[in-house]
Amino acid sequence: MLLSNLEIVPGRRVKDHLGLVQGSTVRAKHVGRDIAASFKNVFGGELRGYTELLNDSRQEAIKRMAEQAEAIGANAVLNIRFSTSSLTQGAAELFVYGSAVILED
Amino acid sequence: MGSLLTLQFLFPLLLAILLLVTGYISGRYLERKHYEHIIAEETRPGQVMVFPLRLPPPSLSPPETALVMGSVVISVDYFKRFIATLRMLVGGRLNSYESLLDRARREALLRMRAEAEAMGAKEVFNVKYETAVISGRSAQSQVGSVEVLAYGTALIGKD
Repeated sequence: MLLSNLEIVPGRRVKDHLGLVQGSTVRAKHVGRDIAASFKNVFGGELRGYTELLNDSRQEAIKRMAEQAEAIGANAVLNIRFSTSSLTQGAAELFVYGSAVILED
Repeated sequence: MGSLLTLQFLFPLLLAILLLVTGYISGRYLERKHYEHIIAEETRPGQVMVFPLRLPPPSLSPPETALVMGSVVISVDYFKRFIATLRMLVGGRLNSYESLLDRARREALLRMRAEAEAMGAKEVFNVKYETAVISGRSAQSQVGSVEVLAYGTALIGKD
């Protein structure tokens, strides 16, 4: 599965457009990390635990999108966009979407 | 009576002052260290080039492409949050939050570049930023921390 946020793939033609595919995940931070983070809120600096957590969740969202694209027979997802929204306090939704296409070999 | 007064008023006051002082010292130190790191990384020669262009220029040997991203969550310190609360009374520039977002954006871009470099790419096209406020579980904590994600498509030359 080729993933790209360009609208084209250099050197390859798009044979067929299959429409929008998307993946999303909602994650809550666990309490231990929240306590560590509240200390960091006093001192300032990077919240490594959150960075990792959001990265993992984003990979999960990408995986779901790729699975959806594969299910409809695509071999690439182009023009990928990310979006993050904080649902309630302590939880965030990570959303990723793009257009599924079939590329010529 | 005197001891009750101490408990009720003096203790929270002392705690607040202690938090402000630790926030001020550690926040300044961490920010200076972070900027030193960012500037050292940004001025390192042989960096991956970053373009916000939608399409790469056509080339004779089409490169491989890969999605790359970098993200970071940064928090402000207690002192800066306090200063920002005061600033919000009169309005105007929130210096303390400006530097927070600046650091986060630059760091996220550097991480994306590092990922692209690890793949052997020379350029990244169609770079986009995504910013999100990460609120804590407790209601009293306001803005505080912010997540910035930078992503784009790395072009990996085949030669």
